[in-house]
Amino acid sequence: MPKTGPSIDEHNLTGLTAAALQQQIAPQNTMSRRRFIVLTGMSGLAIGVAAYARADSAGAAPSESVAVNQYVQIDPAGKITLVTPHPEVGQGVRTSLPMILAEELGADWNDVTVKSAEIDVVRYGLQYAGGSRSVRMRFPELRKMGAMARHMLVAAAAAKLNAPAEEFLTENSRVVHKPSGTRLTFAALAESASKQTPPADEDIVYKDPGDYVLLGKRVTSVDNERIVRGESLFGIDTVVPDMLYATYVKCPSIGGRPRSANLDDIKAMPGVVDAFVVEGSEGVPVFDAVSYFVSPGIAIVAQSTWQALKARQSLNVEWDESAASKDDSDEIAALAQAASELPDSDIVAEQGDVDAALEASASVVESYYTCAFASHAQLEPENCVARVTNDLVEVWAPTQTPTATVVGLMKVFGFAPLDADPQTVLGMAVRSGKVKVHQIRGGGGFGRRLENDYAREAAVIARRVGKPVKLQWTREDDMACDFYRPPLFTRFKGGLSEAGDLLAWEMRHVSVSADEKTPNRDAQPPANFIAKLTTPNVRVRNPKVKSQTPVGPMRAPQSNTFAFAEQSFIHELAVAAGRDHVEFLIDMLGERRWTEDGNADALNTGRAIDVIRKVADNAGWRRAMPEGRGLGLGFYFSHAGHIAEIAEVSVDASKFVRVHKVWVAADIGPVINLSGAEGQAQGSVIDAISTMADQKITLKNGAVQETNYHDYPLLRIEARPEIDVDFIQTDNPPTGMGEPALPPLAAAVCNAIFAATGERIRSLPISAAGFYI
Amino acid sequence: MELTINRKKMSLGGIDPDTPLLWALRDTLGLVGTKFGCGIAQCGACTVHVDGVALRSCQLPVGDLEGADITTIEGLASDDGTLKALQQAWIDFDVPQCGYCQAGQLMSATALLRENPSPDDDDINAALSGNYCRCGTYNRIAGAIKSVVSKSSRIPATEDSRAEGD
Repeated sequence: MPKTGPSIDEHNLTGLTAAALQQQIAPQNTMSRRRFIVLTGMSGLAIGVAAYARADSAGAAPSESVAVNQYVQIDPAGKITLVTPHPEVGQGVRTSLPMILAEELGADWNDVTVKSAEIDVVRYGLQYAGGSRSVRMRFPELRKMGAMARHMLVAAAAAKLNAPAEEFLTENSRVVHKPSGTRLTFAALAESASKQTPPADEDIVYKDPGDYVLLGKRVTSVDNERIVRGESLFGIDTVVPDMLYATYVKCPSIGGRPRSANLDDIKAMPGVVDAFVVEGSEGVPVFDAVSYFVSPGIAIVAQSTWQALKARQSLNVEWDESAASKDDSDEIAALAQAASELPDSDIVAEQGDVDAALEASASVVESYYTCAFASHAQLEPENCVARVTNDLVEVWAPTQTPTATVVGLMKVFGFAPLDADPQTVLGMAVRSGKVKVHQIRGGGGFGRRLENDYAREAAVIARRVGKPVKLQWTREDDMACDFYRPPLFTRFKGGLSEAGDLLAWEMRHVSVSADEKTPNRDAQPPANFIAKLTTPNVRVRNPKVKSQTPVGPMRAPQSNTFAFAEQSFIHELAVAAGRDHVEFLIDMLGERRWTEDGNADALNTGRAIDVIRKVADNAGWRRAMPEGRGLGLGFYFSHAGHIAEIAEVSVDASKFVRVHKVWVAADIGPVINLSGAEGQAQGSVIDAISTMADQKITLKNGAVQETNYHDYPLLRIEARPEIDVDFIQTDNPPTGMGEPALPPLAAAVCNAIFAATGERIRSLPISAAGFYI
Repeated sequence: MELTINRKKMSLGGIDPDTPLLWALRDTLGLVGTKFGCGIAQCGACTVHVDGVALRSCQLPVGDLEGADITTIEGLASDDGTLKALQQAWIDFDVPQCGYCQAGQLMSATALLRENPSPDDDDINAALSGNYCRCGTYNRIAGAIKSVVSKSSRIPATEDSRAEGD
């Protein structure tokens, strides 16, 4: 198995890199060796096994353990508190990450309480929920933390019973002396264990995965009971003393600013405490988790959310739109189509001789695929509670990137130079203690909460008001002020041999671009794709089309649209070659191999072939289908996950599409929490159907035309398909499941619609072609 | 103003009678389990029971509710804290992902079972069609409801997963 190579934040979702962070923080901070170790690669964390309520330690501040990662705490009553570092937005990390600790520790899961970590870069490194990275990046560290705690508990037991450590194991929150059968509870050993020297890395013995009692099982979320009781959990539920409520009104044309408003009328309305202009930043926002950009607007602060919203109904603003976006999505689409037809746009990747290979091909297939702009539409509208005093800027933010939130706020409040690099700013934040971010559950993320615009707005409003403020966006605000999924405009040309093999692949991938030079976020051509890795003659052209609309990562960025185009086009090629889709795709993948030497997070064609064969078996591929009914396949590799999906659909004369069943076969290495992983697969399928069905963001004069769920609908329960999820648990590093099951779905459904009707869908949402789900 | 919420009289002081029940619950009474999603009765996150009927609290001015019997997610369990069978099924089926919509889902499902103790798939679809789940937990929602209807057992291998969040 090759070694793994990605950086800690391979998609640069947080705007921060761990390596640069170490340089910035470690040398300048007066820290113990242990603290320093924490920062150097997250590899040498010491474990804190803290005994609570101990008389002897109550008065003495622990000297070394202050900034040591305390992932495991055991109290005298036997309660085991496990700390989870990353934000929870529904991807399940408050359950899956502590499971890793509990497994190595030998904790009885029923004794466990899970606590989210403080946002603290010194103790926990980069904390974020993005790129399906949580399990991938934390597994080695948490496994080690659990094992170190076990070693220390065993050492304590060995000392007590005067027996060699090798004679002990842990299970059910107990240390067991195998020869005598003596069982000592973790609680009874905790205090003495906390005084043991943590084992050196090379002395740590890990559990044999064959002995796992927790990992790979179905474990229900630790937060389920609080959710079904309706307890306070989410950002929007946050209340702090003396808190006021704010709404914030921005220009419909993105990037516009208020020229004047009837603020005196607003201030006179019931419950309104203040109404004012926030001058904010110049221009159109650009996605950046560490940004200090604040959109200009009008803040209305009141005694309650409703009073603020009611006052807003009477607000009249004259907007200055001179610097606002002028985007028109129909125009962008027309320009993009024209650009895709140009023969001579920028070449960004080339191998072999595409022109000669196309010339020599027995047949050439050409198709143009598009996807609309789309919005995240997470169910909890953006909100944030902020409290600003002379000494401290404090926010309670349901963000996916809390570490990055700190950076933006340091700049907004003048605690760091605007041009300082984010790592430096974070170092300044650690030393000054001026900004505190509380991580708090988000009601869905999907990439929207990688940006922290709403947190900066809340903090700026709270500073002006001089009291804590809860900023609440409306659904309309959320839809109008997103960092949208960029559209896709891709023209393919594929050349086939007489025998039906793929000889050449040309791709013109048109990027939206603010300066018509550099592709906007996530609009660039994919760096790798199957044909490039497997076909000798490939060329990628990259025309640009002007667009200022803010775009940003949405669940499975790039892959969420490119997979539809690529996997549909491969099906077109298979049909043109007169070959079975499964066999065509598997032939295309070729020999079983890693496609990048030394990178176990790269596409492995063997893993791909195995999930494709598995899903074909499960779905009964090639079985006879009645008229108007079809099966369609999609495969995609993203976020280190290999996922194949088959959809069974029927289509009636009115173009109503019923997705009856979806089969998912996935290889994400060993599964941590089977219930969570299955849930993510099911949710990804529903999410992808939802988006492909009828979700489209339309821009006129730089303003988003859709306003709420009535014109940007989500899938409803009656449209759910049956979903069969099957994991091939290979001996590769465990990787994330939050995103990779989404990309293959749209192609699988559209390929199935083709099988059912003979009609090829080349544009999403499918409502544009008159289909509905 | 006074309303009966979760079997208790609760005072809303001199609240504007136009205030939607949603915001009165959340801001005035601190009952934050009822969620704001869209404000136009499209998503169902704010579903509560008014006299046993599942309604969208974002569309109910408190001025129209005097004398009504209102139940929110906080009042679903018994006064001694015992969960309803549906709540337990939600836990056992591991329904929630982000969890934001689930109070509304449970309120709609509870109203359904009160009306119709043995709903079929179409009944479940009709009763919960007004409740969005952005995470896509619909299959488990339907499964959890059916398990209560049939009194069938939990999904396999979850009996031991009783760790808690703080």
